[in-house]
Amino acid sequence: MIYRRRASPLHSARAAAGCAYCLALALAGLILSDPVALGAAALAVIGAAVAAGVGRQLGRATLFALPLAVAITVINALVTRDGLTVILRLGDLPVLGQTDVTLEATVYGAVLGLRAVILVLCGVLYTTAVDPDEVLRLFRRLSFRSALSATLATRMVPVLIRDSHRLADAQRCRPGPPPSKVALMRAACSGVLDRALDVAAALEVRGYAAARRQPHSREARAPYSRHDLAFLASSVAVLALAVIARATGLAAFSAYPSLHAPFGPGVLALCAALLACALAPFADRRGVRA
Amino acid sequence: MSAVSLDHVTYTYPGASRPALRNVTLQIAPGELVVVVGTSGSGKSTLLRAVSGLVPHFHGGTFAGRVEVGGLDTRAHGPGELSAAVGTLFQDPETQVVMGTVRGELGFGLENRGLPAAAIARGVEEAALALGIAHLLDRPTDELSGGELQRVALGAALAGRPSVVVLDEPTSQLDPVAGDELIGLLRRANEDADTTIVLAEHRLERCLAAADRVLALDAGTIVCDAPPTQFLDWAGRSAPSLQTPGARLLSALGVAPAPGVKRARAALRARGWLPDPVQGASPANGVAGRRRRRGWGRGAPGTAAALALDGVWCELRSGPAILRGVSLTVAPGERIALMGRNGAGKSTLLRHAAGLDEPTRGRVRSAGRVALLLQNPTDYLVHERVDHEAAPEALALVSLAGPEYAERHPRELSGGERQRLALAVVLGPADEPAAVVCLDEPTRGMDRDRGQELSGLLRKLDAAVVVATHDPEFAAGFAQRVVLLADGGVIADGPPATVLTGGSYFATETARILGGAGGALTPAEGAALIAGAPDHSEVLV
Repeated sequence: MIYRRRASPLHSARAAAGCAYCLALALAGLILSDPVALGAAALAVIGAAVAAGVGRQLGRATLFALPLAVAITVINALVTRDGLTVILRLGDLPVLGQTDVTLEATVYGAVLGLRAVILVLCGVLYTTAVDPDEVLRLFRRLSFRSALSATLATRMVPVLIRDSHRLADAQRCRPGPPPSKVALMRAACSGVLDRALDVAAALEVRGYAAARRQPHSREARAPYSRHDLAFLASSVAVLALAVIARATGLAAFSAYPSLHAPFGPGVLALCAALLACALAPFADRRGVRA
Repeated sequence: MSAVSLDHVTYTYPGASRPALRNVTLQIAPGELVVVVGTSGSGKSTLLRAVSGLVPHFHGGTFAGRVEVGGLDTRAHGPGELSAAVGTLFQDPETQVVMGTVRGELGFGLENRGLPAAAIARGVEEAALALGIAHLLDRPTDELSGGELQRVALGAALAGRPSVVVLDEPTSQLDPVAGDELIGLLRRANEDADTTIVLAEHRLERCLAAADRVLALDAGTIVCDAPPTQFLDWAGRSAPSLQTPGARLLSALGVAPAPGVKRARAALRARGWLPDPVQGASPANGVAGRRRRRGWGRGAPGTAAALALDGVWCELRSGPAILRGVSLTVAPGERIALMGRNGAGKSTLLRHAAGLDEPTRGRVRSAGRVALLLQNPTDYLVHERVDHEAAPEALALVSLAGPEYAERHPRELSGGERQRLALAVVLGPADEPAAVVCLDEPTRGMDRDRGQELSGLLRKLDAAVVVATHDPEFAAGFAQRVVLLADGGVIADGPPATVLTGGSYFATETARILGGAGGALTPAEGAALIAGAPDHSEVLV
């Protein structure tokens, strides 16, 4: 699950716009609490991923995220003592004690789980649609080496995965009993250190140790493209909608002691606006390149 | 002013008992293309690392003398500061690429120098165009082939237009096609931009014709510093293993050696031993009776095959087919060289033979265990002592038995010793002998002496041996049969004298010089062919 350049408006936008867009969607997931509005936010992320051509990657991530959501739901239902509507009496359980599962705790757990899914999906969208090299450039003025270390760590993941596959293949080729896990771990660590040394030497000869700040130059800055502007505007709009909904209580939700989630035209309008704002930048495909 | 200047440089790695460089003094003029040669451990890489500033700044150790590059003293300026003047390319393209996309990679060094964005964009564009990788600019680096990665790494080294580029065996992991392309690109950079090139290489036949000067190192000392022709003359007298096959052919005929196929042919033609090209003689018409089969065969009729691949397909779940219906039978004791460009399917075929991968269609049968030594021998070594890694009889077979090796740590061994130890690991104990031994590119980064050692070792094995290799000289010396793969299928299968003479990339230098005449592959065969002809001109006419 890594970045691949694709012919989509999100891939064509600068990293700052892409980062802002993914961050706005994630923040919307954190700010909103109404299940319907959260559902709309999740739909917005899925729609964005499909429109950006990374739907399959998002689908794979969902397979990992859904069990996480279920686990959060179950744990919250088991450990929370709040809520008036008991739906299951489990009696006296070890560690947990007297356990009554309430509808409110279960729904609230599901809302927390949905939030977790939205955060995971936003992370996947960012990873697959925002160029990490551009992100490095974006953050280099703040802390170049930290940003580079983070980028390198990401870059080394597939290399180390390939190394581990190679090591495993070599061990499968050994006749007789397999070596101990400790010996294997030691060999793997030595291999990683060798790799790290090679990469460090490559960084040295490319001037990493003597890295200098780039001069600020107004002329050198690339002009904002239509996609940059669209995704920045979309980010502001999504975030504003979430904040307004929260501040005005438009999509107010409370789980305890009993469920309170007003559903009406206001919530529906919020959901529609959220989806429209999030997906509108994908409508314009002019200037998109692979 | 010299582009590179070394003045009485002596350097010892930390913990090493003897210096890697001893009192090296040398001047390289701007725009020179210098090839550094020597056997493994002679100090080639250390010399290059001293020029790029990694020695001593990165490696530590004891350093004496002075190295100046583009007027900068490496004692005062580390590799980061020197990177503006020196571009560096190492052997392994995988560990040199640090960014996610080709564009990011090409611009990385320029960004580190603090250049403005417009200058970076221009530098990236020019490097990409010069190396023919503009179409790769937005590709992720982890999707590229080895040859593409090495081009990108070269582009990154050249992007800042350094005055000096040092390259440490950059073609060792590439197939002959990609290797020749890389040398061509270096030559162009040298001619167009007057870039000084310092290139360490084992496969001299590939680069000697382009060189202005050759430096030969032995035990950290410069033992020869001369133009290519004089170097070959010196090598013929003092270090035969450093001679190119073409030079050996000429020396054996009593002709002064000349670098490159073209000049060697001209030297032979001048003596009337090759026809004039305008006469249009066909190399294929020559002395058919002299072709030797050198034991080629697929086993006696009725003999059970040691290994049989029957219509084997390897189709990726969401990708192309790597093997397309490959059928191959290996007779007991047969020695086969598997050749083809990167991505042709050689490694995949060996993995299927050894059971690491299952064919999606077709069948693999073997008469016993199939041992496989993959490309990186270090992956096999997991113990703390050599004698814990393999059975004593296997260690004896690869000449690593005895107290001088038993207690050593496997990672302390030299590259060649490590490879022999890994071979001992896969050979296993005597009571579990392998019917077939497969090796995947065992000669990568090996000098010719070590390649011959390995060839001799493999010849001693009772099992059938299948070696995937890019090195036609090794294949010519080792194999009884050569199988050429392309796009997952077998496109040639026959004795070396036939397969290794029929083209340019997968042919030995002798075969290229003689145009494939008489199936001569090695200098000795070529010389015998020419010397044995009553009228030398009959060789090709």
